[in-house]
Amino acid sequence: MSNIAVTDAAMPSTAAKPFLTRLGAGFVNRLVIIVPYLWLLFFFLIPFVIVFKISLSQTAIAMPPYTPVLDFREGISGFFERFRNLNFDNYVWLTQDALYFKAYVTSLIIAAISTVLTLLVGYPIAYGMARAPATIRPTLLMLVILPFWTSFLIRVYAWIGILKPEGLLNQLLLSLHIINQPLVILNTYTAIFIGIVYSYLPFMVLPLYSSLEKMDYSLIEAAKDLGCPPTSAFWKITFPLSLPGVIAGCLLVFIPAVGEFVIPDLLGGSQTLMIGKTLWNEFFANRDWPVSSAVAVILLLLLTVPIMLFQQAQARAQEQDK
Amino acid sequence: MNTTWSRFNVTSIVLGFAFLYLPIVLLIVFSFNESKLVTVWGGFSTKWYVSLFHNQGLMDATWVTARVGVISATVATVLGTLAALTLTRYTRFRGRVLFSGMVFAPLVMPEVITGLSLLLLFVAIGLDRGFFTVTLAHITLTMCFVAVVVQSRLVSFDRSLEEAAMDLGATPAKTFFQITLPVILPAIVSGWMLAFTLSLDDLVIASFTSGPGATTLPMKIYSQVRLGVTPEINAACTILIAVVAVGVILASIANKRREVQRQLDERAAQRG
Repeated sequence: MSNIAVTDAAMPSTAAKPFLTRLGAGFVNRLVIIVPYLWLLFFFLIPFVIVFKISLSQTAIAMPPYTPVLDFREGISGFFERFRNLNFDNYVWLTQDALYFKAYVTSLIIAAISTVLTLLVGYPIAYGMARAPATIRPTLLMLVILPFWTSFLIRVYAWIGILKPEGLLNQLLLSLHIINQPLVILNTYTAIFIGIVYSYLPFMVLPLYSSLEKMDYSLIEAAKDLGCPPTSAFWKITFPLSLPGVIAGCLLVFIPAVGEFVIPDLLGGSQTLMIGKTLWNEFFANRDWPVSSAVAVILLLLLTVPIMLFQQAQARAQEQDK
Repeated sequence: MNTTWSRFNVTSIVLGFAFLYLPIVLLIVFSFNESKLVTVWGGFSTKWYVSLFHNQGLMDATWVTARVGVISATVATVLGTLAALTLTRYTRFRGRVLFSGMVFAPLVMPEVITGLSLLLLFVAIGLDRGFFTVTLAHITLTMCFVAVVVQSRLVSFDRSLEEAAMDLGATPAKTFFQITLPVILPAIVSGWMLAFTLSLDDLVIASFTSGPGATTLPMKIYSQVRLGVTPEINAACTILIAVVAVGVILASIANKRREVQRQLDERAAQRG
């Protein structure tokens, strides 16, 4: 508490000074930055360094199941000894087994297709919400957010009962005589697409809605008055203006979808191949920590550019709000 | 505006919401199913709820999950609020770009990567896996979500209120607790709830960072789902949904009441 007393004494009432200097260069002030900073540094950034380190080691029958690498406790000479022994075998292994390459490519393709599908499903919803009467907009917004509060695992699980060969969808279609044979949807890539679109839809709708809501609709009126047909008004005015929302929404869906585990595991069955599942199996079934680390490092590298784009989009949105 | 809300708009919203809610509704309906087959209706019954409460493993997992959720959400809310203050108030300090990167990246980072990296950290520092490590992992993940929620409130915060308080002689600490905190409190509350539900929900990170004796509910549900779909899981899911729904409804009622109170206060102030 003494720190607050110090800042208090040092604080003349100068309205023009910014918040930071007003609070004083006190310790409390710095604590606000330092505590979350150190936490994230230690629990978010440093773990990645460790993942990289482990990816260069070898599997061993021990606990933890890998050979030690780059241990500073052995002094400088020991460190260099280890350094010479570093090997990229796990990475070479990833390139030699076609399974991994296929898993990466399939994951990227599935994530990309699902992102486009989510955009196609989400855009009309967000647009409808943005044009809804202002009085019911908060309710609609609440309804989009609400499923997000219910468990992701449960929502994916719910689809198993719907998509099964004897599931509700097939029962419905059979009873309506639309199909004669039950459709095989569960344990295919189609089921994964449905699962991703369903689970990530709120992430797409919310940023789209916030950029569509800000739009000035008199622009559309003006275009209409000047004889512009509605579709070209949409492509020339609405869509470009909603682009920040489109980008943010697509990144929010695409990046986690690439490494998705629960959806391909529960809805995709054993035949489908995605990298999140590969990593999980490598770790839990094969207990090969070094290879799963190498899988994670490559996945992270693949996602670096999208993640940086996402950060930029976030920072830009923050600037605009100010 | 009403005239521009075309039939197309209404249809897309109705279809969209049907898509969002139908699976959840069906899940709840079939938790009351007499039949053991999850997808064939055999009459109304609450027997799965009864058998659920006799499933000791599931009850233990629920207790673990609730404790992890409350502790991690509370710590994450404090850390996340500090992070949000840092992001909005301190525009210039060394390593700011890195900091905002570390706040935003976990939001989209695939869970398998976060889970694996945290596990390897815990092994490297020699921490035994269990309750404590799951809690630490959940704090790290959810504090970033809290930060984003609180930050969006802080951005629209009218800074002149703070300046007025300080001009009237309030200390910075008093200003923060009497002016800033009450204004951003709704965001902090919804941040806490978001953190709590994310923790309640997480399967992947918990599976990596948990150890024996600290099986969380999603881990339990997941292992049962792999063995086969049973109405008992539907019942467990329904209870979870009900708990969250009640929480959300209570929070929004409290929010509404505060809003009404604030308007009354404002009116009283104008009259006075």
